[in-house]
Amino acid sequence: MTTPWMTYLLIPLIKIVVILVVLILLAAYLSWFERRILAFMQIRIGPNRVWPKGWLQAIADALKLFSKEDVIPARAEKLVFLLGPVLATAPALIVFSVIPFGPSDLLRLTDVNIGILFILGVASVGIYGIILGGWASNNKFSLMGGLRSAAQLISYEVPMGFAVVTVVLMANSLSLVKIVEAQKAQHVWFAFPGWLAIPGLIAFFIYFICGVAETNRNPFDLPEAESELVAGFHTEYSGMKFAFYFLAEYANMVVIASIATVLFLGGWLRPFPNVAALAFLDVIPPIVWFFAKVAVFLFVYIWFRGTFPRYRFDQLMALGWKVFIPVSLINLMAVGLGILLLGGPR
Amino acid sequence: MLAWFLANFSAMVFYCLAAVAVAGAVGVIAFRSPVHAALSLLGSFLAVAGVFVLLHAEFLAAVQILVYAGGVMVLFLFVIMLVNVRTLTGEGQYVRRLVPAAVVLGIVLAVLIGVGVVAGGQGAVADPAALTAVAGVPLGNTEAVGWSLYRDYLLPFEVVSLVLLVAMIGAIVLGRKDLGAKEGA
Repeated sequence: MTTPWMTYLLIPLIKIVVILVVLILLAAYLSWFERRILAFMQIRIGPNRVWPKGWLQAIADALKLFSKEDVIPARAEKLVFLLGPVLATAPALIVFSVIPFGPSDLLRLTDVNIGILFILGVASVGIYGIILGGWASNNKFSLMGGLRSAAQLISYEVPMGFAVVTVVLMANSLSLVKIVEAQKAQHVWFAFPGWLAIPGLIAFFIYFICGVAETNRNPFDLPEAESELVAGFHTEYSGMKFAFYFLAEYANMVVIASIATVLFLGGWLRPFPNVAALAFLDVIPPIVWFFAKVAVFLFVYIWFRGTFPRYRFDQLMALGWKVFIPVSLINLMAVGLGILLLGGPR
Repeated sequence: MLAWFLANFSAMVFYCLAAVAVAGAVGVIAFRSPVHAALSLLGSFLAVAGVFVLLHAEFLAAVQILVYAGGVMVLFLFVIMLVNVRTLTGEGQYVRRLVPAAVVLGIVLAVLIGVGVVAGGQGAVADPAALTAVAGVPLGNTEAVGWSLYRDYLLPFEVVSLVLLVAMIGAIVLGRKDLGAKEGA
């Protein structure tokens, strides 16, 4: 019954469309949730007018951005200026091709055996969108924002990579599906590996903080600091191009949350997979567990924004190079030594 | 039609990627603006990563993107933007004296490749199975690379890492010298 056309073209295409639509809606609604939650934290009301109770605010914002005038500054590098939002958005969406949302083949596009390396590689290409956009705008503030983001992303990619390698050591695989399956087989979440919880927790903490820095979110949102850089790299962008940068930022938040879920919080597994008494929790489908964990991360992102003041640039660099890189490196060596001596967290 | 398409799919993808890689490499020297040249090089790197994937060298492809596209080129762009060279003007970007040398080297390279292909026949093409198997057991490209680096070629690998370490220390020493002189003055 299944012809090659269906297996190679039709089914993947349907999956791609579903993932993209869900992701873009999620990103749009994330902005609305952010405004509502921030308003709640600051004892305001937030957007509550667009019928019903503000639920269509995200759609209204998208329509507004669609219909706005598309301005290209007179002395901008036109081609590179157009390329910026594309290069920022495409990698964020491509990453979702390898993220497993559930245990069955239907719930993911594909499983690559170098999954996590693929994600790190593609995500690192996303930097170009910001640097090039900032450069092509022919605006000092934009250039400063672009340069800051280049320095920031390069610094924080290194400890992030070490944190990921820690998980790869524990799971003995680079495939995201195999990493979750290893957590199932070892009856743990890698944030709390059985034998010694501390290395897993440190790696988890470093990964998430670096993730916040990689997505240019508070308290590491220096590339777009409103008060000093007038919105940084996207000062000159308007209309749909601005919307694409916006989409890229929120899609990247979902990316970081999904990867953190897969690597450290057991992906689609239920909480405490080592406690048999909680087996009744398995009635909740795996995909619900996955998105519940992602939602927790997304809330923490917004919580950060409502809580922390912005870092200064030298503090940001010192934190990355003098704290996170040594700590993550020592942590990685400790885990490697532990696996060598104790035979691994199995 | 479909069978033909599936059978020749990887060949078609290869020719597309090869064309992009070569065009990108030409663009690096042809573009006047340094940023455009850097972007052109980026395109070439990405196409080469695609060729690695076709050869089942997934690990190499990921590392190619991660290191060259995500790291090296970002630093290149960073420096270009800090210096803020908009466009190279004049004819200064070509060193005309070296044109004959370039032609000679190009011919030598083409002859070498031609001889290799003719003498080796099909053997000149890398055997994908060797890239994904350890001692004949298919494991995956990452495992195969790891085994050959850390077992079969351990000594050369360590020597290379030592050379890189020396180069890195050298760069730091050279970089600090200026700073110290400025502070002393």
